Amino acid sequence: MFRDALLVAGKDLRVEARSRVALNQVAPFALLVLIMFAFALDPDSGVLSKATPGLYWVAVLFCAVLAIQRAFAIEAADGNRDALRLSGLEPAGIYLGKMAAIAAQLVILEVLLGLGVVLLYGTKTAGWALLVCTCLAATAGIAAAGTLYGVLAAGLRVRETLLPLLLLPVLSPVLIGSTRAFEAARNGTPGEGWPWVGLLAVFALTYTIFGAFGFGPLLEES
Amino acid sequence: MEPVVHLRSAVSLLGRFPALAGVDLDVDPGEIVLLQGPNGAGKTTLLRTLAGLLPVVSGTATVLGHDLRTDARAVRRRVGLLGHATMLYDELTVADNVRFWSRAAKARPADAEAALTELGLDGRLRDVAVARLSAGQRRRASIAVMVARRPELWLLDEPHAGLDAATRDVVDDLVRRAAASGATVVVASHELERATALAGRSVTIVGGVIPGPDEADPDGETAPPDPSPEVARVP
Repeated sequence: MFRDALLVAGKDLRVEARSRVALNQVAPFALLVLIMFAFALDPDSGVLSKATPGLYWVAVLFCAVLAIQRAFAIEAADGNRDALRLSGLEPAGIYLGKMAAIAAQLVILEVLLGLGVVLLYGTKTAGWALLVCTCLAATAGIAAAGTLYGVLAAGLRVRETLLPLLLLPVLSPVLIGSTRAFEAARNGTPGEGWPWVGLLAVFALTYTIFGAFGFGPLLEES
Repeated sequence: MEPVVHLRSAVSLLGRFPALAGVDLDVDPGEIVLLQGPNGAGKTTLLRTLAGLLPVVSGTATVLGHDLRTDARAVRRRVGLLGHATMLYDELTVADNVRFWSRAAKARPADAEAALTELGLDGRLRDVAVARLSAGQRRRASIAVMVARRPELWLLDEPHAGLDAATRDVVDDLVRRAAASGATVVVASHELERATALAGRSVTIVGGVIPGPDEADPDGETAPPDPSPEVARVP
């Protein structure tokens, strides 16, 4: 299973490296979202600074939806979903591989967005360890749930619009937990943030287990 | 000797509709069988069913010793399907595609290289992104993927489509060599002269069924004797 996961993750990342969709389209979109928030919320009023953690994770979720759609769009083209079914790869391996590739892209986007909020919003943080753990746990959760809902939506004709409708409500615990943890890291009170990291880890683990078992039947139905 | 393909009254669904309406077919190991019939007769559906991609809902369906109704996944890893879609990633190079799918099938790395060479893709084309290939070159890459997986049952849907004469000869040679080495081949083709020369036996499918010897129309252009009205015509 892990061999298959490595194979699929390597393939997805290679496709992404060649097409540069994340670099040329998703990353600029993410930065644009941050700029639009800055226009909407006057930086001088203090609202922007206060809302930075939530805005950051909302931007991450928007980018995640795009990355997940892209991850399944490459399988929808030219019969590749049938090829995956015929490949002999373990469905759990395909799931973990696609999840890992999405997570890797999200980490890069989160770093870019982090630089964006530092430069555009003037955000400072004291709890780097908490922030890094929050990002890792939230990323795993987003990728785990996103991969599961991605394959669910992949077989539907209205997948582009349906995926956000299905996925974003499911990710609301991630948004809440990661925002609270980010706030704790920014405010220099990491003790308040760690329980939220625990919630994020439980979410990620739960969806990873569900995904590993549920991906195969969903791939068959899609 | 147990047949590689054994279908009795097999009914397969395409969506909610029966696309195969009770097919009987036996194919022995090492045999090359030509599947012929008019457009919409069910050739592609039959090949996809044999590959384990479409559900068999009634009748008996055994492929490579596995029951398609209960163990389709075990069948899939042992068959190679060359369909209308090329099943390639546009962004990856020809070599990347062949290597990825052959590794997925747990084939040896040397098999991927050999397949590239056999299909004439070992030169400049091996490092070209699939998106930049012509239709014929994509088809060759798709065939190379199938060859690299070393399947035991080859399911070929119009394998000569889009290929030049020389590559058609290469494909025919690959099929003959695969059969000689013990693989079994079911090929659907409208190029009857070439396919008939390749195959040891032909069967005709019309309206989702394979008529008996007395019912079969050699041209395959007439309607089945008593087609079920709900039988879907599939490309």
